[in-house]
Amino acid sequence: MTQTAPAPAWQQDIFRILKSGGVRQIAYVPDAGHSHVIRGAIADPDIQDVVLTTEEEGVAVVSGAWLGGQRAALLMQSSGVGNCVNMFSLLQAAQFPFFTLVTMRGEYADFNPWQGPMGRATQDALELMGITVLRASEPEEVGEIVQAGFDAAFEAGERVAVLLGQNLIGRKKWERK
Amino acid sequence: MTESTVKADRRAFVSKLLGLVPDALVVTGLGSASYDVFAAGDRDKNYYLWGAMGGAAPLALGLALAQPDRPVVCITGDGEQLMGVGSLGSIAARQPRNLTIVVLDNGHFGETGMQRSHTSLGTDLVAVAKGFGIADAFGVDSIARVGEIAERVNARLGPTFVRVAIEADEPPRALPPRDGTYIKNRFRAALGLAPF
Repeated sequence: MTQTAPAPAWQQDIFRILKSGGVRQIAYVPDAGHSHVIRGAIADPDIQDVVLTTEEEGVAVVSGAWLGGQRAALLMQSSGVGNCVNMFSLLQAAQFPFFTLVTMRGEYADFNPWQGPMGRATQDALELMGITVLRASEPEEVGEIVQAGFDAAFEAGERVAVLLGQNLIGRKKWERK
Repeated sequence: MTESTVKADRRAFVSKLLGLVPDALVVTGLGSASYDVFAAGDRDKNYYLWGAMGGAAPLALGLALAQPDRPVVCITGDGEQLMGVGSLGSIAARQPRNLTIVVLDNGHFGETGMQRSHTSLGTDLVAVAKGFGIADAFGVDSIARVGEIAERVNARLGPTFVRVAIEADEPPRALPPRDGTYIKNRFRAALGLAPF
């Protein structure tokens, strides 16, 4: 693997918030927009990274972490929200604190029309299942909004998703060079 | 798949197992497995699911990672495990030493009228678990082998997957508390943890 450029500042902000907030488990289905946080979790001896086969597992993993006294966060793409819908019942039925970061697809210069349907339904699907949705679209606001959502989850015990706009990541390059 | 004619009584099996692992944190899948665990005696360190099908094993994974010094046992049924089958891969990827998955396999979806499940139709859950990377995976069909499982639970030497062949009967219902918030807070309190 080639050495990559430093991660964008907004991704560094996210990892800093999770780390300083005492997150001990980061469960994820990967995405380019989460790559810095995932690398950080793998490298950090105090954080356990949990790779998932489907995002709904992560809803249960982070709830189990809370039962055991640890804060955990779930990372996914917007498509993953659709995979989670029934598992979100767990969060409401037991009032688990819940914090997820969702990178958006299908909303900004997306080349792949298959990402559109779930991307357009992501916010509604979360809200239908009782999850409060925040959104960060500009790099400078990511830190503030992620921190606000994080505090609502773990200080107020809420269920919170922060959507990270697709424009943060930019156009995906489809041609391999 | 060879169908054994001898099978374990689910209630007796679960009751004996839980009696041998008094320190274990227990997560149950929805339906009959939760009734079996509750019938063995309600404990503060039990977390019963009433929904979130497929969530028992991954919930137990998060719990096991958070509480590495305590044994964690997930007790669920074949149908519930099949819905969350990928979580066996996620467990294998982490190899939590303190997690044991016990699947009570009657080959049927008991809660919905005893329709046959995949394990009656060719799926071998032990092979599935091994294939996902849980090396210590095996099947039992008798209560005589409960001790082996309990030893593994208490030893915390690596993730274990046990498929227990049980009779496809329906013992009297024994319904655990349905208030998820209550059992969550009760469970945490038993670990010395405050509400948020």
